[in-house]
Amino acid sequence: MAERKCTLSVLVENTPGALARIAGLFSGRGFNIDSLCVAETLDPTLSHLTLVTRGDEQIIEQIIKQLRRLIDVYKVVDVTEEGDFVEREMALIKVRAEKENREEIYRICEIFRLKIVDVSPRTYIIEVTGDKDKLDAVIELLRPMGIKEIVRTGLIAMKREKKNP
Amino acid sequence: MGEIMTGARMVVEALKREGVEIVFGYPGGAIIDVYDELYKTPEIHHVLVRHEQGAAHAADGYARSTGKVGVAIATSGPGATNTVTGIATAYMDSIPIVVITGQVPTKLIGNDAFQEVDITGITRPITKHNFLVKRIEDLPRILKAAFYIARTGRPGPVLIDLPKDVQQAKGEFNYPEEIHLRSYNPTYEPHIKQIEKAYLLLEKAERPVFLVGGGVISSGAASEVRELAERLNLPVTMTLMGLGGFPGDHDQSLGMLGMHGTYYANMAVANCDVLLAVGARFDDRVTGKVDAFAPHAKIIHIDIDPSSIQKNVKVDVPIVADCKRALTRLLEVIKEVGKPKKYWKERFKDWWEQIEIWRRRYPLTYKEDPNYIKPQFVIEKLYELTKGEAIICTEVGQNQMWTAQYYKFKYPRTLISSGGLGTMGFGFPASIGAQMGNPGKLVIDIAGDGSIQMNIQELATAMDQKLPIKIIILNNGYLGMVRQWQELFYGKRYSAVKFATIPDFVKIAEAYGAVGMRITKPQEVEPTLKKILSMDKLVILDVIIAPEEGVFPMVPAGKATTEMILV
Ligand SMILES: Cc1ncc(C[n+]2csc(CCOP(=O)(O)OP(=O)(O)O)c2C)c(N)n1
Ligand SMILES: [Mg+2]
Repeated sequence: MAERKCTLSVLVENTPGALARIAGLFSGRGFNIDSLCVAETLDPTLSHLTLVTRGDEQIIEQIIKQLRRLIDVYKVVDVTEEGDFVEREMALIKVRAEKENREEIYRICEIFRLKIVDVSPRTYIIEVTGDKDKLDAVIELLRPMGIKEIVRTGLIAMKREKKNP
Repeated sequence: MGEIMTGARMVVEALKREGVEIVFGYPGGAIIDVYDELYKTPEIHHVLVRHEQGAAHAADGYARSTGKVGVAIATSGPGATNTVTGIATAYMDSIPIVVITGQVPTKLIGNDAFQEVDITGITRPITKHNFLVKRIEDLPRILKAAFYIARTGRPGPVLIDLPKDVQQAKGEFNYPEEIHLRSYNPTYEPHIKQIEKAYLLLEKAERPVFLVGGGVISSGAASEVRELAERLNLPVTMTLMGLGGFPGDHDQSLGMLGMHGTYYANMAVANCDVLLAVGARFDDRVTGKVDAFAPHAKIIHIDIDPSSIQKNVKVDVPIVADCKRALTRLLEVIKEVGKPKKYWKERFKDWWEQIEIWRRRYPLTYKEDPNYIKPQFVIEKLYELTKGEAIICTEVGQNQMWTAQYYKFKYPRTLISSGGLGTMGFGFPASIGAQMGNPGKLVIDIAGDGSIQMNIQELATAMDQKLPIKIIILNNGYLGMVRQWQELFYGKRYSAVKFATIPDFVKIAEAYGAVGMRITKPQEVEPTLKKILSMDKLVILDVIIAPEEGVFPMVPAGKATTEMILV
């Protein structure tokens, strides 16, 4: 069976053990986690988790069922399967900004609508938000300037509302 | 306003509300406050074990044999870690127990304090759920939730870790009558469309097999299983956990399937065209090589746990539901359609003829030997003498498999055996729980000479409680099941399967004040069994059996279940 990437949106009780239980489930059962992003929701008793994983259909079905089996897991949605969804990731990129390449950095920032969020005599920190392809493209373009550090958030995802209900 | 009381008192009050009459445990500094309350609560009978593993297994044996939630109590640190094997054993077989452990005071948690261990961390993958109680306000609800989670849905062990300061803190005891957990909603009712689909498959079937697993026992569906099997004239096979879910002495019973299943059960499954599996999870000991398992069959799978379905085998009609309710609905549909019994009898006549050919070709059998007691013979005799009315606990290994093969379990909850984890040392402490939960019933532990030594210290517990358990050691002088694998698959290189020192089990029994006996000849079996069964005392019967007897049939691990090694 073919592998596919799968983005899961998971609502869990905001309890101390919940995240450990989810992480343990993935390591214990040999499932992959490509990225994991956790934060509070509007309801402070629930946390939201975006989890990117991969596997064939049977494995993904198991991952979802095993997640639902956890007492603390309130809801699991396979956003990739539902089709219509928005995905975003953010990265902070610290890039060498010597005199001779500042022009080029500005140009890249303009084209991709990036923000320079910190400036030091020799480096900039650039903020980039978008889907994975955009982040990868920006990183490739900045690489020749000399990237000193990258921090990425991991993906977050949200289902779109139906346009004509 | 609820009454104001300490956390320790709340524990005891909650046990009373949950109808708990017996708890198994071992004290220590971090749980001493709970013990102080138990001291003041004569309604709850505390069984002081000799090792916390024994407490967990006893709670498990109590739960398996009564259907109620078993309770074990231990102190922090080593007390808590000693329960781990017991918890894992209960988890693998979906047994409802609640384990309460003491913990160091909340302000010391994380400091590597004396006897501190992160037991919620350790037991996370082997509990259905666990709780570390940080605030007294949360305690009543957590206690309620623990019992509720343990017993509902697919049952399982729940651990509550209770820091000493929370035991001592005072709070209001508002014990919820009912509890609703928004993130936990087991599905009990089947989808009626799926039930209809299942019926249609059965109606079209020519060679059906009914596979009964442990879920039938835990949901109390044995009578529905029987009604369905008899109505449709279905051949029935059982997993180890399902034994007793359908009477083993019934004409339609093919006995156990899988690695040590009967030839005819494995042949029937391998050739069936519809497999109705209820409360079974298709463990590798049942399926053998998965691709060759029931290769021609459309599979109907009823299970309360959605994650059990489509996990190991591909299922055509998945039904997520409580086994009892699903079978009840299926029976309703069958009655509605109204084909008479005669119709089904006629319909599966050829199939039954084939099965009878298999049954006659290779019945369960063993070779007699005038010089040695054969373990199968012991179990057969035991079955005859008890008429299948005893509660039989087993250890793990050959003793367990011979018991599963030769004792025709007639009722649910009469076989108490560690299936999923295969825990040596389980049977005897479990028999303590079973006897405590079933006073007046005959409780027998079929043991191996290796396994019995893993929790032999519990003899003292059983004597304390005056339990007339019968321990029958099938003593082959080997870690027999491992030896059998070495014999068959490792060129008879018997590595580390023979103990240099074997204790005198008769003297051990006597040292504890129990009765010890030994037999070595076949003709001693029946009279001695008769004798010990009539004694109202704890007895160890050391049965010296043929040392190199094997368990057959056997499907080598990873092979198709039709590739059986017969006697
Ligand atoms: C705690 C534990 N350790 C190791 C094993 C592996 N094991 C399975 S069967 C067996 C031999 C059991 O020997 P005995 O109790 O004498 O039973 P027999 O097979 O001889 O009847 C062993 C070591 C196990 N199942 N459980
Ligand atoms: Mg042995």
